[in-house]
Amino acid sequence: MSRVRDTLVAAALLAVGRRRPRPAPEAERIVPERSPNTGAETAAILLLAVGALFAVAFVVVYAVDSLPNHTQLLGASLGLSLLSIAASLILVGKKLVVTEELVEEYPPPEHPHEQELIGEVMEESGSRFTRAGLFKLGLLGAGGTLGLALLTPAVSFGPLFRITYYFGTPWRKGRRLVDDKGTPYKASDIEADNFYTAFPEAIPEPDKEEEGAPLILVRLPRSLLRLPPELQGYDADGIVAYSKICTHAGCAISMYRAPLFQPDEPRPALVCPCHYSTFDPADGGSVLFGPAGRKLPMLPLEIDAKGYLRAKGNFDGAVGPSWWGVRMRRPNP
Amino acid sequence: MSRGAPVTRRAVRWLDQRSGAAPFLRKTLRYLFPDHWSFLLGEVALYAFAVLVATGIYLTFFFVDSTKEITYHGAYVPLQGQRMSEAYASVVNISLTVKAGLLIRQTHHWAANVFIAAIVLHLFRVFFTGAYRKPRGLTYALGVTMLMLSLLEAYMGYSLVDDLLSGMGLIIGYSVGLSLPFVGANLMSWLFHGPYPGQDVFWPRMYIAHVFLFPLLIGTLLVAHLVLVAMKHHTQFRRRKAQTEHAIVGVPTWPGQTPRSVGLALATAGVLFLLGGLVEINPIWLWGPYHTYSSTNGAQPDWYLGWLIGGLRLVPSFDFTIGSYTVVPNAFWGGAAFPLVVFGFLYFWPWIERRITGDDAFHNLLERPRDNPLRTGIGVGMVSWVVLVFLAGGSDRVYVLFGITYTSQIWVYRVLVFVLPPVLGWLAWWWCRELQRSERVEAERHEAEAEARLARLRHGSEPPGDPGAVET
Amino acid sequence: MSIRALLAAAAVALVLAAPASGGGTPPGKLAAYGYHLYGEYCLACHGGNAAGRQHEPAYAAGASPGRIQDRQAGIAPSLHGVGALAADFYLRTGYMPLPHVGVQPRRGRVLLDERQIRALVAYVATFGGPPIPKPHPERGNLSQGLNLFTEHCSGCHQVVAQGGYVTGALPPPLEDATDVQIAEAVRIGPYVMPKFTTKDLSAHQLDSIIAYVDYTKHPSHPGGWPLGYLGPVPEGLVTWFLAAVALLGVCVVIGKRLTS
Repeated sequence: MSRVRDTLVAAALLAVGRRRPRPAPEAERIVPERSPNTGAETAAILLLAVGALFAVAFVVVYAVDSLPNHTQLLGASLGLSLLSIAASLILVGKKLVVTEELVEEYPPPEHPHEQELIGEVMEESGSRFTRAGLFKLGLLGAGGTLGLALLTPAVSFGPLFRITYYFGTPWRKGRRLVDDKGTPYKASDIEADNFYTAFPEAIPEPDKEEEGAPLILVRLPRSLLRLPPELQGYDADGIVAYSKICTHAGCAISMYRAPLFQPDEPRPALVCPCHYSTFDPADGGSVLFGPAGRKLPMLPLEIDAKGYLRAKGNFDGAVGPSWWGVRMRRPNP
Repeated sequence: MSRGAPVTRRAVRWLDQRSGAAPFLRKTLRYLFPDHWSFLLGEVALYAFAVLVATGIYLTFFFVDSTKEITYHGAYVPLQGQRMSEAYASVVNISLTVKAGLLIRQTHHWAANVFIAAIVLHLFRVFFTGAYRKPRGLTYALGVTMLMLSLLEAYMGYSLVDDLLSGMGLIIGYSVGLSLPFVGANLMSWLFHGPYPGQDVFWPRMYIAHVFLFPLLIGTLLVAHLVLVAMKHHTQFRRRKAQTEHAIVGVPTWPGQTPRSVGLALATAGVLFLLGGLVEINPIWLWGPYHTYSSTNGAQPDWYLGWLIGGLRLVPSFDFTIGSYTVVPNAFWGGAAFPLVVFGFLYFWPWIERRITGDDAFHNLLERPRDNPLRTGIGVGMVSWVVLVFLAGGSDRVYVLFGITYTSQIWVYRVLVFVLPPVLGWLAWWWCRELQRSERVEAERHEAEAEARLARLRHGSEPPGDPGAVET
Repeated sequence: MSIRALLAAAAVALVLAAPASGGGTPPGKLAAYGYHLYGEYCLACHGGNAAGRQHEPAYAAGASPGRIQDRQAGIAPSLHGVGALAADFYLRTGYMPLPHVGVQPRRGRVLLDERQIRALVAYVATFGGPPIPKPHPERGNLSQGLNLFTEHCSGCHQVVAQGGYVTGALPPPLEDATDVQIAEAVRIGPYVMPKFTTKDLSAHQLDSIIAYVDYTKHPSHPGGWPLGYLGPVPEGLVTWFLAAVALLGVCVVIGKRLTS
């Protein structure tokens, strides 16, 4: 009961706002006495009231759905509530509470005596060991191997050594190229001066998110095409296909620079929007500009009897961003 | 103390009887904070972290950590019928459907941006005043570690959303990991469970790292950092005679410091919530869902990773190969080597400085930047290096806005990043020395003037003026 | 080369080339006026009879040699078959006339008045080609539009159509592009933009894309001040120049300074 009463009294005192001045002898004080600053005190109390009002406003805004700019009103009311109370407290800190600047010794930089004692305890505690070195070695060995053993389950996260994954692509000889709806591309669908995204045909649906899957397709005039000897025959009637994943940092190559008036404008190029690596579709995907350190992998194409585009094999190099083994072999045929 | 004693006294008694904490509390209440505005920067970071934790907990109640593909049927028309991950759909839902969800999400994101900005400002203060010197080397190393963890934590935070922008960011991060010499492919295959985009387990992994492991790590280091600060006490500028290497002058926790610090905490939260309500950040519903095969122009990371996109863009086209072995793939230089050098510098600088100056003593007094021209020069050089690379990352926007071609900008930056930092560092060094010199001249002038005035007083050739003026 | 110099060159070229052009004055009053305007503004580059000047070095039209990347030879393409669609697009966006040969056409002040544009369009249309399209974005589907825009356009134009960069060229922001201009640009592929035929993008798909681009001009921004829909770059600026400055201010108010 008494606790309740005290709390009520304390609340009442707070509500009245000014405590009975407690006469205390000067000598006993820890915090020195200073004269009141009623102006600052009034301002601080008013700021608290403003803060409370904004807090109420926040709840009201939250409850009323029909308000426009709901998020703005919520943020403004909560933010201003916090800032008002902050202003009140900063005012209290700067103008109301007694600000003493006290002097104190820094703690000693070190404790030589304690260091000595700890060392002694450590050394003297092993007096019963006759082969301390061997024991320490054993402790180290046991601790180390136990630590390793405890870490072992983390290996289950994923394959640490199956590097062959990186050479896998869903492309095989004869697989048709489809668009993102699954409709197969005919060679006649591929027009000059445009680019197309293609995926390998699969039932029910290809895994389009796999790095090896997406292709970027463009048709170049025969006169522009100058594939190196090892890539001769990779194009199908001027249609060339490259991995859509940049060899630099893996972004999707979604820009095709297709000049309208060849003589006057930059020549055709495939460009990645992340770091602007720029590849030449006419010569097998070599780097024209930007940071990429490896040419774009090219997929050989053929046109079947019905006019559909099909893969003639797998890429001429590993797809995706570069890693230590990326040049070691081609993707599985 | 009998019944009727004030509530606070009764509360203290209650606590002390059950914990014995009174001596500790008394010491804490009278712990001294030297008064300087720059000592508050770390506090701002701390309060931003608190806002991050609070808003972050709220978001976990709505976020779905799954990359399972679903079709969106929510309120936002341009996305209706689109295929997207559950994760992305849940964040669109938080933003556009959950009441106050957008406020909390935006505040969380602003808090992350401000958190790291405050850490960087705090780091500048610590570096340029030599606060990291003995006996605070460990405190400093923990701080640098927290900065590094915070970058990763924030990066995972926006990656989790799985919108178009964040997906592009994630695959760039993956590529940088992949580019680590000798181990990159193994490490990434291990983390993602196979090559990108890996298996579905990756998303819950990243989620638990973002909402549990990393916050726990940062929180623990934060506590250790603060305990170390308190054990060794704050550093101080020499503003008064009483402030020495052995004696600290400051405002006690109570009553002086507490209202100011709580005020600063509330002000930080207030600014963050105001931004969260009034300034749109990362409007993910506009970016659309991410797929490996789609991308957008102008994709940039949040500001604190901007230096890395600059690094990635500046490196010329080459992979370092021996035969068919790719020793260093290109993305390593800008994405990994560059930050490693910067963080390596931060970790080892105190040691390097000790080697250069031979100063192995304990220091509680701070130096002003001008007091140590060598450190200031090297610091300015490092900062300008990082800032230049950072600016290079925005060359495409500069082209769009001001018409200076991208390619020429990149070439200019490739030269500037090597030329400008030493020049600016040297300028800073020279300027510090000039400031020191002018201060010495000023002090001598003051001394001479005071002497002259005193002499005049003694000889009685002039009526005594304002005695206060003589003393200064 | 200034516009005035270009006009002077055009006038000279008109005198020299007009007799050689086989086409002569087309029937119809408007097209005839267009023929006259063509001589004044276009002939210098696009040549007599709108046949283009494709195999002449650029300095024939006043461009300094070696200035343009990958220069081959040629001044301007033929306008045969481009139709009213292209003429309307290039004239109403201010893309033509170019300040000088070899640069990317940029949106700018439209030099000609409405009647002049209609006349020139009519004249160019006499060489055959598609008419000015009549898009119906209201028939389009916004969601399909975003999907198609992401697939075909956002790589260059940015996903909220704020413009971007491709090596060697600037894909413009689309805030000023009208529905008709979007439909025209998609079919033309101006400068280095890809060209989308009706087989690539049906009229309905195009309507959806236009509906989406129209949406990007005023996207919903429930979060507040939208910062230009560019994402992290302006957000970083706000972090440093608004939030950090404000909080530094609070710190300075709370704490002491060394000189005070």
